[in-house]
Amino acid sequence: MCHTFPALTSDRSSRICSLLYKHGSSMASNSSGSDSSDRQRIAQQRLSVIAGHLQRPVEGNSGILAAECKAQGDKLDVSSERRTVPRRRQEIMKWNGWGYSDSKFLYNKKGQAEFTGKRYRLSGMIIPGLREWMESTFGANLQHKTPAAPILNSSAVQPPTLNEAFLKELKSTGIPFSHDAEDRVFRSHGHCLHEIFALREGKIGRVPDLVVWPNCHNDVVKIVELACKHNVCLMPYGGGTSVSSALECPPEETRSIVSLDTSQMNRILWIDEKNLTAHVEAGIVGQDLERLLNESGYCTGHEPDSMEFSSLGGWVATRASGMKKNIYGNIEDLVVHIKMVTPQGVIEKSCQGPRMSTGPDVHHFIMGSEGTLGVVTEVTMKIRPMPEYQKYGSVVFPNFEMGVACLREVARQRCAPASIRLMDNEQFKFGHALKPQVSSIFTSFLDGLKKFYITKFKGFDPNRLCVATLLFEGDREKVLQHEKQVYDIAAKFGGLAAGEDNGQRGYMLTFVIAYLRVVLGFKYTLVLDICRNVKARIVRECKDKGVQFPPLSTCRVTQTYDAGACVYFYFAFNYRGLSDPVHVYEQVEHAAREEILANGGSLSHHHGVGKLRKEWMRETISSVGMGMLRSVKDYVDPNNIFGNRNLL
Amino acid sequence: ELKQNVYSIKNVVLKDEEEFTDILEERRCTTDLGYALRTFNPQPYKGAPSSSTSDLKKAVLESQYLRYIIALETGSSVEKVRQEARGILEEMSHNLQLGFIRLMAYTVNKVFKRLFRSIYVNMEGLNMLQQAIQESPVILMPNHRSYVDFLIVSFILFTYDIPIPVIAAGIPLASMKVVGEILRRSGAFFIRRAIGSDKLYWAVLSEYVRTIVRTGCAPLEFYVEGFRSRTLKSVVPKLGMMDMVLEPYFKGEVFDITLVPISISYDRVVEESLLALELLGVPKPKESTTGLFKASRVLQEDYGCMHVNFGRPLSVRQLCEGKINRSEYNLIPRDLPQRPSTEIQDCVNWVAHLIVRTQEEGSLISPWSLMACLLLQAPITTLTEEGLQWHGLTEKTLWLRKLVLDFRGRLNWPDSDVMSSTVALHHSIVHHKAGRVCLVQDGDPASQDPLSPEEGVMRTAAAVLMLVSYRNQALHVFVRPGILATAIHITKSTQKDELFSFFCFLRDVFANEFIFIPGRASQDFDEACSLLQKCGAVHMSEQEVTVLETGLEVLSFLQKLLQPFLDSYQLIFRYLCENGAHVFTEKQFLPAVQNLATKLILSGDLHTFEVLSSDTQKNVLSALRRLEAVTKLRNEYKVNKAAVRRTGDILCKIICDIPVKIKLLFCVRLENFVLFFTLLSLK
Repeated sequence: MCHTFPALTSDRSSRICSLLYKHGSSMASNSSGSDSSDRQRIAQQRLSVIAGHLQRPVEGNSGILAAECKAQGDKLDVSSERRTVPRRRQEIMKWNGWGYSDSKFLYNKKGQAEFTGKRYRLSGMIIPGLREWMESTFGANLQHKTPAAPILNSSAVQPPTLNEAFLKELKSTGIPFSHDAEDRVFRSHGHCLHEIFALREGKIGRVPDLVVWPNCHNDVVKIVELACKHNVCLMPYGGGTSVSSALECPPEETRSIVSLDTSQMNRILWIDEKNLTAHVEAGIVGQDLERLLNESGYCTGHEPDSMEFSSLGGWVATRASGMKKNIYGNIEDLVVHIKMVTPQGVIEKSCQGPRMSTGPDVHHFIMGSEGTLGVVTEVTMKIRPMPEYQKYGSVVFPNFEMGVACLREVARQRCAPASIRLMDNEQFKFGHALKPQVSSIFTSFLDGLKKFYITKFKGFDPNRLCVATLLFEGDREKVLQHEKQVYDIAAKFGGLAAGEDNGQRGYMLTFVIAYLRVVLGFKYTLVLDICRNVKARIVRECKDKGVQFPPLSTCRVTQTYDAGACVYFYFAFNYRGLSDPVHVYEQVEHAAREEILANGGSLSHHHGVGKLRKEWMRETISSVGMGMLRSVKDYVDPNNIFGNRNLL
Repeated sequence: ELKQNVYSIKNVVLKDEEEFTDILEERRCTTDLGYALRTFNPQPYKGAPSSSTSDLKKAVLESQYLRYIIALETGSSVEKVRQEARGILEEMSHNLQLGFIRLMAYTVNKVFKRLFRSIYVNMEGLNMLQQAIQESPVILMPNHRSYVDFLIVSFILFTYDIPIPVIAAGIPLASMKVVGEILRRSGAFFIRRAIGSDKLYWAVLSEYVRTIVRTGCAPLEFYVEGFRSRTLKSVVPKLGMMDMVLEPYFKGEVFDITLVPISISYDRVVEESLLALELLGVPKPKESTTGLFKASRVLQEDYGCMHVNFGRPLSVRQLCEGKINRSEYNLIPRDLPQRPSTEIQDCVNWVAHLIVRTQEEGSLISPWSLMACLLLQAPITTLTEEGLQWHGLTEKTLWLRKLVLDFRGRLNWPDSDVMSSTVALHHSIVHHKAGRVCLVQDGDPASQDPLSPEEGVMRTAAAVLMLVSYRNQALHVFVRPGILATAIHITKSTQKDELFSFFCFLRDVFANEFIFIPGRASQDFDEACSLLQKCGAVHMSEQEVTVLETGLEVLSFLQKLLQPFLDSYQLIFRYLCENGAHVFTEKQFLPAVQNLATKLILSGDLHTFEVLSSDTQKNVLSALRRLEAVTKLRNEYKVNKAAVRRTGDILCKIICDIPVKIKLLFCVRLENFVLFFTLLSLK
């Protein structure tokens, strides 16, 4: 009999809950089998290093569907048949939370935190420091828990509003569809706190009336034509990892809403090894794309934190950013060609040249359009040979200010490694709390020695120090050279190299606390002020709103640019004693976002606008800018078929 | 009936005693040396690094902002300009050292014990301050009524283990031998008076101030009124320093800034007679160390008590919420100088006024101030010759005391015997003999040559102006209802909207004389109405304000209280319209007005001495400049006589019976008056 970990099933603190269950699911599994082919072994090794031990599930997933598209049967399909995302997602994933059903945190009989399942490196391990951290940081303990509604109650779901004429013609095309309650609910939300919270309480609002699963570009063309003909509202659905309320059905929508699930359009259609490009269907999720390309010795290098579940089409539609953008670039740098189906027809460029001077780039109408103009069906992406060597690293700085100064210098010299991130003190402590139980007395002795060296010998204040995590990639010699250069810069800012293990754990942490984030681009000069002000604002707002324990309010610099940086903010609070925690949470988040904008931050670095951030769009891009976007929408989709009402 | 009065007084006393603690009481029981050497272990602002004064100077000199300004200075080499900047910084910098704080505490303690019977401090305010200092950079904002209060805040903070502030001071203090250096080491930093357009100086000063705020290395103390008030009346705040202090918040360099208004009130001000003479045009003695020693005879005198009231800490973030849009700083690098938008300027102005108003509300009104109000309403010959009946005065003072309480003023009313003791304390101004109170006038006319009539006026004026300054300490309680009473008196109207327009007009004309928070005209009006209603002077309905029989005493008191201001303004308006030239300098203006006023006083046509005060005269000029009836070009003023005349005419009720529909027109600006007169002539 296990106690359920409060953060997970019992939601002591809404934030903790979100943080931790995301944790569970986003760390991909550790390999238990080394019986695969050599090539695959290398691929697995690499992936496990990168994403904090990600691998494809070795046990194989039931419910995997073979993709088939009659229309494109003649095309080369280089991908393997194993797929992560089945049509019925609920078979392997949580219906009311992030990720796989079998991976979650529990308190075991001894009251220690434990992570279940077999998919992840942390799976089956005991995490002794977590409970104490939870209690001391939030005042969260085992006695207080709020159970979630265990299963979906189909009667709570409104019966579908079906457009019979549309349905009849859809049937004749043979494209699979469903109006089953579970299928519809699954596609009615992203992963914003309020969305998950409502599900866990069994509250279900407006959901799509129908789900369709096109298998290929031509299926999409047919669906869009029918939708236009019968005036049906279409909402494209990729990985469902949105954190901007983009998937929320507009409650004022009276037409039948059809969720267009792209998950079955998941093949790599061709790989051009001479030009280093791959042509891929847009529904493929990140982990499949990487795995399949790895099998041919290639990678895209695009690794957003959500890559286990988020899809290529979603990346394009939201202007996504990957962890290793320093080498591979963000999505706008990676995309060579896009095919999108709109109510006015299909838009695509006539060639795949690397650059064009043909007026404003029409790709930029598509990237960031957030499903308001059409469905991205196929994308040609740059690919790279898989790197020969990878190495993690970490540096401890005496304080956050020194860390930021170091990152600035690294960016100035343009020698940023594949990834360089700076955690503040609070996150550093959280990372420590997530350390699994050490196996031997010797290891724990060593840990103690390291701590002694840094805090006593070097005089770092454990309550101020912060850690930068690094990931180097490339050929071995260059990596080592590069590593030295970065460590030399760090030393100038008082940084001490703190080993590979800390670095790796840092990237694991990324997945752990990936749930609620406010992500923005800043100028360097502003980074310190912003971090301090936003964190302070969150603490003050929580206090004003009656939150009893001081919240966790923390931040991380995750990307460096020539002229600025990207900062994530996280916050979590214990909602005991609050009558409407979600509302409090939203007020605090709103205040934090205002603070960010007032301090010169951008509205979003890569999560997009959705409906959550719409109210700030006009002040962000000016009225003329809004008019420009509006006029594109009016031309491309005059009847608002793509009616998810994001962005504008 | 009198007994009952005494009883109710006792209650108030008890309440006040709870709030304030006499900090000298403990000092009198311990040795001065022991006190000066006490363990001092304050809790600083949490984010503050322990930085030395040299770190501070280095940070200022190396700042991107200063580098930018230095690069802009043309004419001499960069190195030379940098040298100059370093010089400015050396002249300015404080050099706070704990050893000198102890020396200061030792000396100040000795002096204060001599001068004052007690120094009362509200402990609750100190506790809130202690808390606030740990959370964000704190700005201490006391009012400034006497040289004595320059170190009082440091002295109190030292006593209660709170970080010692750095204090903005005028440069003359720095040039005092030895004392200047001691002040510097006690945390004073020195600012030149007339900075004018010296860009480099501005840059160094503002970067210095901002760096102190940004790093939170010490609380910053400055006088938002800019200088010591010669009239003991609040001075319209200066915005330069306020602007520098708030900028780090506007630019997001700190999360928040805490402003702590501090109200210092005196029973008797050490430099009372100097102030009056200065106002009459006798120049103030230059600050010098020898002068300081000469002044040591002031130590022989009794100055009663002093009250230091630490106000509730105000969060700048909360004050500015919804008033400004900080994102205007987003498109220009924050290190570069940027002219603040009018929105920001208005906000700074508003905050500064709010602070001064809060200081006013926190200051304690002494019985002596109330008596001064009443004494000044008696005919001047009564005061100087046969004297005022003591019994009548005390009875009326008790009546006034009740009115102050009705108006939510803070009273310092220690016991029932306070009135005779306070008169005794102020023996330099009045003396109480044989049941009568007379004004004391300096010098003995019998021993010297008989004074000329003009000299006689000045002699009386000196005494009256001292009395005026004590009246001024209570003025802030009466101003709003007083203006309404004046509006009622002048317009003879009962219509609320008409009274409101006239109220606004008076508020606008007197905005240099009294502190009105910008943009709060209707709140001020509502406040005035509700106070007059509360004390039973008027009856309010939706549209009308009716004077009650029982309220005549209050209304007449209030109207007479403000009458000297109306008279003074009108006299000066008249001078400008009839006698003066179109273009004049301040040096010509002040004596000319004084001459005219003296003549009119002698002929019995003018009943106030206050117009003789240079402060009043300057305020009128500032008001007219604000109303755009006078323009200033370098040192010269140019007057638009027609505009001044119009303002004056409205003040003296030529236009009392005006049709209602036009009444709304004569709200505030002179442009409107022109239109108004046009309409009037049409009628």
